[in-house]
Amino acid sequence: MINLTIDNRAVSVPEGTTVLDAAASIGINIPALCHMDLKGTCVKNAPASCRICVVEVEGRRNLAPSCATLVAEGMVVRTNSARVAKARKTVAELILSDHPNDCLTCAKCNDCELQKLVTRFNIRRMTYKGEQSSRKKEETVAITRNMDKCILCRRCETVCNQVQTVGVLGAIRRGFDTTIAPTFDRMFTETDCTYCGQCVAVCPTGALTERDNTDRLLEDLCNPDKVVIAQPAPAVRVGLGEEFGMEPGTIVTGKLATALRYLGFDHVFDTDFAADLTIMEEGAEILHRLKAYLGGDKSVKLPIMTSCCPAWVNFYEHTYPDLLGYPSSAKSPAQMFGAVAKTYWAQKMGIPREKLVVVSIMPCLAKKYECGREEFSVNGNPDVDYSLSTRELARLIKRSNIDFKSLPDTDFDTPMGESSGAAAIFGATGGVMEAALRTVYEVYTGKTLPRIEFTDVRGLEGIKEATIDLAGVPVKVCVAHTLGNARILMDKLRKGELDYHVVEVMACPGGCIGGAGQPYHHGNVEILKARTRAIYQEDEGKPIRKSHENPDIQKLYKDFLGEPLGELSEKLLHTHYFNKAIN
Amino acid sequence: MIIHSPDALEGIRQKAIEALSVREASNNSSTTEAAGLEKGTPHMQILCCGGTGCKASESAKIVDNFHAALKAHGVADKVEVVVPGCFGFCEKGPIVKIVPDNTFYTSVKPEDVEEIVSSHIIGGQKVERLLYQDPGTGEHISDSKHMNFYRKQMRIALRNCGFIDPENILEYIARDGYKALATSLTRESTDVLADIKASGLRGRGGAGFPTGVKWEIARKFDAPQKYVVCNADEGDPGAFMDRSIMEGDPHSVIEAMMLCGYCINAHNGLIYIRAEYPLAVHRLQVAIRQAREYGLLGKDIMGTGFDFDIEIRYGAGAFVCGEETALIHSMEGKRGEPTLKPPFPAEAGYMGRPTNVNNVETLANVPVILTKGPQWFASIGTEKSKGTKVFALAGKINNVGLIEVPMGTTLREIIYDIGGGVKNGKKFKAVQTGGPSGGCLTEKHLDIPIDYESLAAAGSMMGSGGMIVMDEDDCMVSVAKFFLEFTVDESCGKCTPCRIGNRRMLEILDRITQGRGTMEDLDTLENLAKVIKDTALCGLGQTSPNPVLSTLANFREEYEEHVKDHICRARKCKDLLTYSIDPAKCKGCSACARGCPAEAIMGEVRKPFVINPEKCIRCGMCLSRCKFGAINVI
Repeated sequence: MINLTIDNRAVSVPEGTTVLDAAASIGINIPALCHMDLKGTCVKNAPASCRICVVEVEGRRNLAPSCATLVAEGMVVRTNSARVAKARKTVAELILSDHPNDCLTCAKCNDCELQKLVTRFNIRRMTYKGEQSSRKKEETVAITRNMDKCILCRRCETVCNQVQTVGVLGAIRRGFDTTIAPTFDRMFTETDCTYCGQCVAVCPTGALTERDNTDRLLEDLCNPDKVVIAQPAPAVRVGLGEEFGMEPGTIVTGKLATALRYLGFDHVFDTDFAADLTIMEEGAEILHRLKAYLGGDKSVKLPIMTSCCPAWVNFYEHTYPDLLGYPSSAKSPAQMFGAVAKTYWAQKMGIPREKLVVVSIMPCLAKKYECGREEFSVNGNPDVDYSLSTRELARLIKRSNIDFKSLPDTDFDTPMGESSGAAAIFGATGGVMEAALRTVYEVYTGKTLPRIEFTDVRGLEGIKEATIDLAGVPVKVCVAHTLGNARILMDKLRKGELDYHVVEVMACPGGCIGGAGQPYHHGNVEILKARTRAIYQEDEGKPIRKSHENPDIQKLYKDFLGEPLGELSEKLLHTHYFNKAIN
Repeated sequence: MIIHSPDALEGIRQKAIEALSVREASNNSSTTEAAGLEKGTPHMQILCCGGTGCKASESAKIVDNFHAALKAHGVADKVEVVVPGCFGFCEKGPIVKIVPDNTFYTSVKPEDVEEIVSSHIIGGQKVERLLYQDPGTGEHISDSKHMNFYRKQMRIALRNCGFIDPENILEYIARDGYKALATSLTRESTDVLADIKASGLRGRGGAGFPTGVKWEIARKFDAPQKYVVCNADEGDPGAFMDRSIMEGDPHSVIEAMMLCGYCINAHNGLIYIRAEYPLAVHRLQVAIRQAREYGLLGKDIMGTGFDFDIEIRYGAGAFVCGEETALIHSMEGKRGEPTLKPPFPAEAGYMGRPTNVNNVETLANVPVILTKGPQWFASIGTEKSKGTKVFALAGKINNVGLIEVPMGTTLREIIYDIGGGVKNGKKFKAVQTGGPSGGCLTEKHLDIPIDYESLAAAGSMMGSGGMIVMDEDDCMVSVAKFFLEFTVDESCGKCTPCRIGNRRMLEILDRITQGRGTMEDLDTLENLAKVIKDTALCGLGQTSPNPVLSTLANFREEYEEHVKDHICRARKCKDLLTYSIDPAKCKGCSACARGCPAEAIMGEVRKPFVINPEKCIRCGMCLSRCKFGAINVI
């Protein structure tokens, strides 16, 4: 242990601790801006570049950035001396002097870390005036960029390069002209961007935000000629409450259904239903490939990889076009929902396709891109019309005068509202794998699972692996979250060194609960953990916990689809991938 | 041919010394009598500066002309043309030196060659008009040793520059080249390191960190791969000592890197050099190739079992890449941005491996320290700053050039004795040391003995050794603005204080020089400068406010004049000038009006003209066209 003094208080911390963390351990909350450490995951940004967290260290000539300065024995630190306070405020004022300061109309208003600092430092006037940066703006289907608001914390660059290894964002130009942008200041649309949105998830200001679809939805909801139906994803119900001041990890499924109804959705269904459907299709595909492999067919592509994460799909289409035969052909739950809603359900209800508006509520920004994929439309009419993030839904609820916290709980509508616990866990890393195993095991062996939980594939570890005994056949599975971890697996696969049968990949840290459309975590990993716990709690509370036992799914196959991987299932629920490599 | 042992090197050295003996002897002679072939001199050499500065003044053409003239006169077999590196006296370049009589010709032009050959080389008559003329006495001085410019210099790092042919390894070997390596490789590396420590050598790149201590730290970190990096990313405006060393004595850098490698257990060397130093790059490439050919780079060097090799890496010329962490990132193919230290490169440097980074001039001192002994080196200089320092003397000074003086020499000695005083008899105002990160020192600082500590105490710094002299015609606000413009341009953009703070400071200086400044601006400037110094991430940012702080401290009244009275006493700030025509002196010739690009001057011929101040753009055209001194500028 290292002993030091911070603000005249003695503190003992393990070697290797930063001054920032040491101070926090005794309740001294040093302001920081560029710093972000999602402890326990690989998300860490410590460039020590904003200089907000500077402190005075006795014996040092200059102030030291507490986020990147490690404790030393006998160190004497002052976090709030006049010198520090003045420097810190001046640095914040400098940042403000190159910021548009249009807080009132900024998408990040009240969620902005710079705004919070300005309030905290009691900055009441613009001390420094001068030229402001004029940088690129772009609105893609998923992400909105207004880099004039960028404070160059480099968090987005770190997640894009080190965590996701997509390498789209980086600093270009120098000095005052520095911009975070794709190489040659290209547009996102001209790059390998997967729209995972993790840059948005970590951006402290309004420089990177989601493409807002709330006005579009309001318009549709008001249109009497449209039938608007909702499908919220599993992770939404464990995150949405945070936007209304509820504890992280609060399950708000019932309130969510009620809120959607109050907003004016004509029918409120559930993506969880389609998650069960995904398991039926993907499970069947897993079994199909496994059986072929075990039967001696060496040409079968193994491991089979999950395909429900749209950023992951974009990633392999751009980066591993030579390996497109490995991922499952199953569409994502949201798209399966759209395909079924605009066929089976629309026919049943007698609603013409062009009148029906399917809106997904997702923890995700890549889903916005996915909705626009041509292959997911019929005559230009998309299966899922568009997608809103959890945050957008929260904004809409507030805007529509709904007091979310006092809402009664209601159930989703039938027939596409019923779901199993297996569907609920789709929202956490390892969840799809666990859900698939529950079904694959029982279908393959014909036996009931002795223990329904596969805890080996749970948790925040970057790459998890397990071996499942499938009636004497050891099935090796692997679960990865973040695209950086996916890259490790794909590089091995390319070299023929990936020794698994089934692999699950989710692009966001923690899976969908850490998705880029979720309420901002502001670097607090406890929030992600609480959401994960809630996901498994939701599963435990469900009377049905296996996808194949969902009665509405069974009915859907009986009445309409036939069987998994059957002709209609293939047509509606499966897709194919494209080589999207740039150059 | 591979040198297999230190003894073999000695054998080669003896032959090489022989070949260089005429030039060595000449170097120490000061005969006023010229040698000449007709006078019976059997063999002569013409040394024609091959540094970048002299090359820019057609020294390559001079060399060609020499070859042609010698051939034409049929004496090519008796006269050798040698192209050494920089002589240092760039003000008077191109320099041509004649051996064996040690005649030092200045400002030589290609058309002077024929006369030098026919009258001097053949006829034994010096070309008087090309000799250096002392500005004080008007006397022609024949050899460099008697020039004030050289008299107070002590050339250690520059010992071979302007003397040996940098593209001939044998000439380096003749001057004890690779001797330090040969002897060191048979000693314990800890003893060699101890010598470097004992010499008191400190980093010449700016910060002045003790070199031996740096090596010792790098030695402590054990790793399968370690690196010795030579920082040749010289970036201070006006500083060119590193370039000159690489151009004039590249083997000294190579030898030093190997010595460092031996001391810290590294076997790979990397030279990070800016691509806009093509001549230095070429000379290094030649030197590396020759060293490899002689087995002085590669495996089992001189049979000692020590392996070392060097690669060259090119930078794109960013100033910040002189900062060692930024330099390392640039070499790794990443954006040239500094990162917080610790971890220091000694622990995690290039590719995450222990790396020792030294600047060119620092390295150039290393071999000679080991051949002459640490005590010898430590006996030169001041208590805390040992040895010599190379300065690039520039600005309003008579003798612009590269000089090397013992630490402890005063600014006055450099400016007045070596530099020959301020140009055109103007009054000395300030001297900027340490490049864009340094400060402006005044008359009152002229007698402080220069070393790392005293310069810092005076509000400036050693830096890499830039020294720019300013006279009464220099506006100190504009000077501060000039240097700040440089740091603003060269900021990498990583940390807030440097990226935005320096920009804001520059904007304030802009306002002040345009007459739009306020007294509050001066306080803001000072506050910002102090915060930037206190909070910026790297050395560039931390020192960037120095020119502003030092001019504010030493020339505050000039700032106040700009702000309160809208006056620039040096008449440099265009926006503060008022042009008018003295009706008593104006003859009405209309030359001014005809030359005025803004059509701001009106009048009738043969009557006094007038300037419309609203239209006047203060370009000074009228001033230059008026033959009667009728234009007033206030």
